[in-house]
Amino acid sequence: MLDINHLNIQFHDTEPVTNAVTDFSLQMKPGEIVGIVGESGSGKTMTALSMMGLLNRYAKTSGEIWFQGKNLLELNNQELQRIRGKDIGMIFQEPMTSLNPVLRIGEQVEEGLRLHQELTKEEYRSQALKMLQAAELPNPEEVYGKYPHELSGGMRQRVMIASALICDPALLIADEPTTALDVTIQRQIIQLLKWINQKKGTAIMFISHNLGVVQELCDRVVVMYKGKIVEQGYIDDVFYHPQDDYTKRLLDAIPTRTHSLRRRKQPADI
Amino acid sequence: MGTILELRHVNSWYKIKSKNPFQSNATRKKQVLKDISFSIQEGEILGLVGESGCGKSTLAKTILGFIKDVDGTIVRGTDQMQMIFQDPYGSLNPSKTIGWILEEPLRMQGKTDREMRREKVEKMLKKVGLEPSYYNRYPRELSGGQRQRVSIAIALIQGSKLILADEPVSALDVTIQKQIMELMLSLQEELGLTYLFISHDLNVIYQMCDRVMVMKNGRIVEIGDVEQVYTKPKSDYTKKLLEASC
Repeated sequence: MLDINHLNIQFHDTEPVTNAVTDFSLQMKPGEIVGIVGESGSGKTMTALSMMGLLNRYAKTSGEIWFQGKNLLELNNQELQRIRGKDIGMIFQEPMTSLNPVLRIGEQVEEGLRLHQELTKEEYRSQALKMLQAAELPNPEEVYGKYPHELSGGMRQRVMIASALICDPALLIADEPTTALDVTIQRQIIQLLKWINQKKGTAIMFISHNLGVVQELCDRVVVMYKGKIVEQGYIDDVFYHPQDDYTKRLLDAIPTRTHSLRRRKQPADI
Repeated sequence: MGTILELRHVNSWYKIKSKNPFQSNATRKKQVLKDISFSIQEGEILGLVGESGCGKSTLAKTILGFIKDVDGTIVRGTDQMQMIFQDPYGSLNPSKTIGWILEEPLRMQGKTDREMRREKVEKMLKKVGLEPSYYNRYPRELSGGQRQRVSIAIALIQGSKLILADEPVSALDVTIQKQIMELMLSLQEELGLTYLFISHDLNVIYQMCDRVMVMKNGRIVEIGDVEQVYTKPKSDYTKKLLEASC
């Protein structure tokens, strides 16, 4: 379904040129959940933005991104517009800033639908309510008429998910969707994404620096470091038998509950 | 080893301005901390965990005396307390060099000898794992981890013994996070520091702390040794938190 071949992204606003992503290749099947992990600045988000044609004007891309028989890098803005939101949905990290503060939730959830389908006002509304319901928001009717500032972080992220999925895209790009949330809410959002994946067969590209979450959600994982893929494979293979030194270091650095860094005082010392 | 800080039945409130523009003087109060009692021993690392909005940061601010509306007793065993903040980007003055920033507390103490100040700062930089050449650098030239090292240096330069660290590693990548955690632990052992270590990450708390305190809605729902709380949590809320984080 998605076939990225030798993608390179360079930024020409600096001297020398910044290589954000180098030789990135990835294939995804329908209904698959692939995690992309790496530290900040490793090129995770740039890869996602290039698929949506959302890089700034200084960015230069080469390679191919084949999605449903089209090379996304060769499409013009208008053609991309028809794909964005309809066939590929995207959720961003910051649910606080990616919603328009002066529009009601309902309008923002419907927006994708308005751009891609001709329906009546009532149909838009009922679709939006259905999506809000599917995103497990309590009282969709009430949320529909609210403004983003009236909702909590977790609820905003649910709204984002609802609006990203309203056109039933084949692929959802989720860029750090749980990073800004508390653990209990994070867990709920992961469950929701899992459920959507199973129910609708939406493929998910899940970008995160939280390896625990990736391990829980994804089928496969791609590890990026300084713009390059250093390792990719099935979750269990990569997590239990990492081949690359950076992957090993990354896994080693995850805080766990199996050993403490602190030499705690033994009861005898006190 | 004595008690370095003790709180007894501390409550604190925030004022909320009325939304009505015609009643701008009418303020409501919202209670943020509810009946907080605990103590920290010298040389101890006490973790504080809870969801956002539960009052973790307010507790730190209350201890430092930044919040006016407080009742209860706070016994401070030291005058020298320092805070380390989550955001190493926002907490350093972008227009000053690292050297200037680190010398600021010394200047405020009335230390006028330039050479001595500089020497002290360079020694401190070395202690937190930065080259002395960082003296002339600006915050924007530093990575997130390096900036957090500078924040730690600021907190320690006056010789403070009690450090309130508010999510000091939350904004960092895991590999950097681990380095900063290890730095904080080795400094603790070397200098005999006491930390109140605030985090929302239960695993980070597990790795760093001796004891842990769980907060919810401004109340302490559980406090105890890390091993004990993590293996046999008493409160339902702690159980829920432990289950939710993997």
